[in-house]
Formats: sequence, C-alpha cells, structure tokens
Amino acid sequence: MEYQFLFTRIQPHGPSYPGVPLPPDNDARVGRPRHSRILGFFADAQIGPLYLGTLGSLSLLCGFIAIEIIGLNMLASVNWDPVQFIRLLPWLALEPPGPQWGLRIPPLNEGGWWLAAGFFLTLSMFLWAARVWRRADQLGLGQHTFWAFLSAIWLYLVLGFLRPLWMGSWSEAVPFGIFPHLDWTAAFSIRYGNLFYNPFHALSIVFLYGSTLLFAMHGATILAVARFGGEREVDQAIDRGTAMERAGLFWRWTMGFNATSESIHRWAWWFAVLTPLTGGIGILLTGTVVDNWYLWAVEKRFAPEYPQVWGPILDPAAR
Amino acid sequence: MKPEFYKTFGFLFWTGVAAIATAAFLVVTFERPGTTEVQMGFRGTAMEVVYNNRNLDRIQARNIIPAAIEPADPEGPRASEVFENVQVLGHLSVEQFNRIMQAMSEWIYPNENPAESCNGCHVPGNFAAEDIYTKHVARRMLQMVHTINSTFANHVQDVGVTCYTCHRGQAVPAAVWSQAPSNAPASRMWQVAGEQNRPVAATGYATLPSDPFTPYLWRDEPIRHLSGTARERNNNASIIQAEWVYGLMMHMSTALGVNCTFCHNSRSFASWETSTPQRVTAWHGIRMVRAINNDYIEPLRDRFPPHRLGPLGDTLKVNCTTCHQGVYQPLYGAPMLRDYPELNPPPRRAEGGSQPARN
Repeated sequence: MEYQFLFTRIQPHGPSYPGVPLPPDNDARVGRPRHSRILGFFADAQIGPLYLGTLGSLSLLCGFIAIEIIGLNMLASVNWDPVQFIRLLPWLALEPPGPQWGLRIPPLNEGGWWLAAGFFLTLSMFLWAARVWRRADQLGLGQHTFWAFLSAIWLYLVLGFLRPLWMGSWSEAVPFGIFPHLDWTAAFSIRYGNLFYNPFHALSIVFLYGSTLLFAMHGATILAVARFGGEREVDQAIDRGTAMERAGLFWRWTMGFNATSESIHRWAWWFAVLTPLTGGIGILLTGTVVDNWYLWAVEKRFAPEYPQVWGPILDPAAR
Repeated sequence: MKPEFYKTFGFLFWTGVAAIATAAFLVVTFERPGTTEVQMGFRGTAMEVVYNNRNLDRIQARNIIPAAIEPADPEGPRASEVFENVQVLGHLSVEQFNRIMQAMSEWIYPNENPAESCNGCHVPGNFAAEDIYTKHVARRMLQMVHTINSTFANHVQDVGVTCYTCHRGQAVPAAVWSQAPSNAPASRMWQVAGEQNRPVAATGYATLPSDPFTPYLWRDEPIRHLSGTARERNNNASIIQAEWVYGLMMHMSTALGVNCTFCHNSRSFASWETSTPQRVTAWHGIRMVRAINNDYIEPLRDRFPPHRLGPLGDTLKVNCTTCHQGVYQPLYGAPMLRDYPELNPPPRRAEGGSQPARN
C-alpha cells in the first residue's frame, strides 16, 4: 500500500485522543469527544474535549453579554419583531453616542448601551488573550499566538477606544453592525480626505496582501511536496534529499532565494501581525494628526498629478 | 434505519445548505454582466459612466417626450383681456393660452375625454372659479417653472423644464418625498437608531441616514465637511455628518443613473479642480431643489388636502429623482421647452425700471 500522508481523503477512525496530560493545577477538560465526517474533510475529525477554565468561562460570559446587548438593541430597533430582525439583521446596528456627548457617559438609549457593549467585548478579548497565554504556557509553547492576537486587539482598541479618546468624542468610534460598520468605514475615509493616501494604511494593505501571498506560496509548497512527506516539514529541515529540500530548491531555482522551513513561518507571522499593527497606527493618526490625507499627500508630493481634461473647474460658492 | 443512513443524510443535507447559502450570496451580491462603460475623465482615474445594458430599454421607455402640439400664434389679443381671472399667463395670446392649457391637461391629467382633463383644476362651466385647490397649486407651479427657466438656467441650461419634466402624465409626479416616521418607536430603555440602518432606495440600500432630503434639500444644512488643509485644527465635522452627506450623494447618484465619478474624481471628493463640469451643474441643482421646496411647494401646505400630504403632514416635495428619473439629463435632454415658449417667464414689466434681470 502506498504511503498515505495526512492530507488524504481516508479518515482513520479510532478511539478519541484525550491529549497530553496537563500540570496538576489545571482544570479537567470538558466535553465528551466526538467525530465528524464533514470536519474530517477539512481538518481533524475529532471535536473536543475543550479546556474551558476560569479565563475561558469569563471570556465567553463577557462576550455573550456584549453580543446580547447588541442583539437586544437591534431587536428593539425593529420593534421586537423577530421576522424583521432576521430580514434586516445586516442593516441593524448599535450606534455609538452622538457627537454632542463628547467623552461623557450618555444615557443607555443614547449610546450608553454602546459603551457597555464595548466594555464587555474588550474585557472578553483581554480575558481570551490571557487564556491564550495560559494555555500556551501550560502546554510548554512559545507566546507567538498571544502576541499575534494582541496585535488584532490593538487595532480594535484604536478604532473603538484610543482614537475616540484622543479625538475627545465617542462618536468617532465604529457602530456594532454588519453593514453599518462597512458604511462607517467608507464615511470615515471620506471625512478624513481618503485613507488611501495614509501611508500606514498603505503599509497595512501591503502586509495584508503580502500575508495572503505568503500563505498561498507556503500552502502550495507544502501541498506540492506532501507526496514526499513534506507536511512533516520541520522534521526534515536539516536533511538532504527530503521533501523540504525539494521545496527549498523549487523556490531557489524559481526566484533565486528561498525561505527555510523555520523562517517562512516567521515571515508569515510578521506579515500577519504587522497588518493590524500598522493599520492601527494609521487610524490613530487620522483626524488627530492629519485631517485630510489627500491634501497631506499633495503637500508631501506623492499624490500623482493628472492632466486637466475639463479645463478649470471653479467652486461655484467661491464666485 | 441504520446509523449509516443518518450520517449520509446529514452530510448531504449540510452540503446542500451550504450550496444554497453560497448561491444566495452570489445572486444578491453581484449583478449579472452585460454593461457598457463610457470613459468620462483621464485614463486610470476610473471616471466612467456604467450602463447596465439590460436596464437601458426600460429607462429609455420612460423618458420619451410626447409629440408637441402645433405652435400657436403669439399675436392677437392677450389672454388677460379676453378671459376672467388670469393671474400668471395673462401676457400670452389667447391662442397660446389655450395651447398651454391643453398641453397641461395632457401632461398632468391625461384622459380619453379632454374635457374631463380640464376638471382636474377647473370647476366645469366656470373656468374662472377658484374652488379647486389644484388650480392654486397649478398657478404656483407655473410661476415655479418661470423661475426655473430663468433664475436656474445654470442648472437647467437652455434645455429648460416643462410640466412634463416632472409630471409625466401623472397629477402627482412619480418620485416625490416627504418626511418619514422614525424606524422604530423611541424607547427610554433601548437605543433604536430611528433615522438610519434601513435599506431604502434613496440611499442605495446602504445603512446611511435614510432621509438625506430634509437637511439638504429642504433646510440649508452645510454639505461640505472635509478639511481644506492637511492638518486643520478647527474642523469638528463628525463621521455621522459625513454619513448624512454620503446619503445625499447616494441619492443623487441613483437619481441620475451615474456613479460618484460623474462629478468627482473620487480620490478627493472635496477638490473642485479635479471635478467635472457636471459637479457645478449639480451644485446649482441642489440650490434649485431647495428653492422649489421652500418657495413653491411647502408654502402650499395648507392648500393640499390631507391625502396629498406625507405621513407627518409635510408636503410631497421634489428631489433629484423627480425630474431625472434615472438619467443624468431628464428626458435625455430633449429640448421640450423650445416647443413651448409659453412656459418662459413673461417679459419684465416697464415699472420694474432699469433693474437688471437676476442672473
């Protein structure tokens, strides 16, 4: 029988695996393990057990409170009609307080709920980050996931807390809603003179698109050498004649340079982490340091000039 | 049944659900291809008008002008000398007066029996009577048309407007607006965002404030909110203010059947030097619509019966769609006014002295 690597359509069925033993001061893992055929097509077929613990439970509770606050306010805004709630859900939102409130605490029905939801959501995220740290620590891992998650929390905090604080108004923050936060994004860019001229926004896009490119290159490389056992990439890193050597040679012969099976993960990690990190800096500078990014780009001479097609167009209000 | 059956069924069921969800997403998110793009600005700036080929026939069909009535002799006795109680069109010849009355009846109250059409405004048998409210409205509308064709030539150019530009064979033009009640009853407990977050055609089904008309096309709220310098310190315009203006712009875009780049180079919405001449025309149009709503329509509020008012009791007012109806030149720019000189304002009277005409 030919060698079956892990990315195969054959799903082995066996007794559920409880995982490595944990140090004594840990809770028991919860949930009886199950197997799902559909999930097995995409990943490991075993679901559970789950380590919930105090941090996990508190994080889920805070997250639930936040979602509940958002959902109940959305439901109130369709007059408690469940059918309208489902039909209009993408349009509904819990909006931040109006500009007239500045940084004061408004009544619940005028933005107070938004502050409450933001508070619980933030708490939930930090608790989850602490849980990520603790789980990694107990398994004896490095804290790379923790720092990466913290980078995402940074962007969230800039958008919903730090920048509004600097601007002196909660109204500068993002609504909680599916389409509303997208329309907010467009309006935000327009209000501050086009975010595409914000260099940190540009960096963030570079890292975002770069992440997808690196992900595609790495995923493709490993899948391509999987027939030689390449998914065990790190085992093979130092040996000659392995799948991983072929993977490296492929890129060396294609573009003259290749990552190593360790460094490619550093590349990917940094690109992913720098996406929200630089994006957050760009958002933080918007309206606080620069009020019109297009005019800033004109001032710094990097907005390209286009020929006038229509002849001079004058502001009719200035005549 | 065997557990194996449930497994297979579950697998097929969830695959089916996922397939249906994906299909639904694709259908509601994307428009079927078949478009024509016309370049409007410098290459690389994406300044183009996009037509959806499948919609063109429908839009063209509702923008055809009716055949012009045979011209009337401007000579002869004045209408004010022959008919009783002619307040606005008295300067026309009798023949012209009758012609424009006939045209109005066809544009606004089309009917198989032409005499019925007159009854839309007139008491049968007594044309001088003032008993029907529509007659007062029509008189004011004629004055409005005079104003548009003179004062607002910077918007309507030499194409001008006639009654048909808005009415299109209907007593109440198809696209009018009035204030709408809040989306949800105000609550002392919950936050309901009553002014926004509803898919309405006016704002292109976005979640922007759904009535951008009251602040900008009725009242005179400031539309401009972007800073004129890179690091302005005193611009306190908020993002929600940007959303209100965004809503107005979505309305203008839907009304004219164009996208943002018809008027703006979208890399800088504020800067005039990178905009197109159409933006200047649109700027005058906003002032024109404001004037129509404030000077001509809203003052008639007490004349209208309740069923001709909006749910909050304000009049049915105009916006860009009222005339434009999906094309950037109403009726594709057909110079209908040229066939109806009766709708030009009367020559200024001698006692007006040497005061120059406005604009």
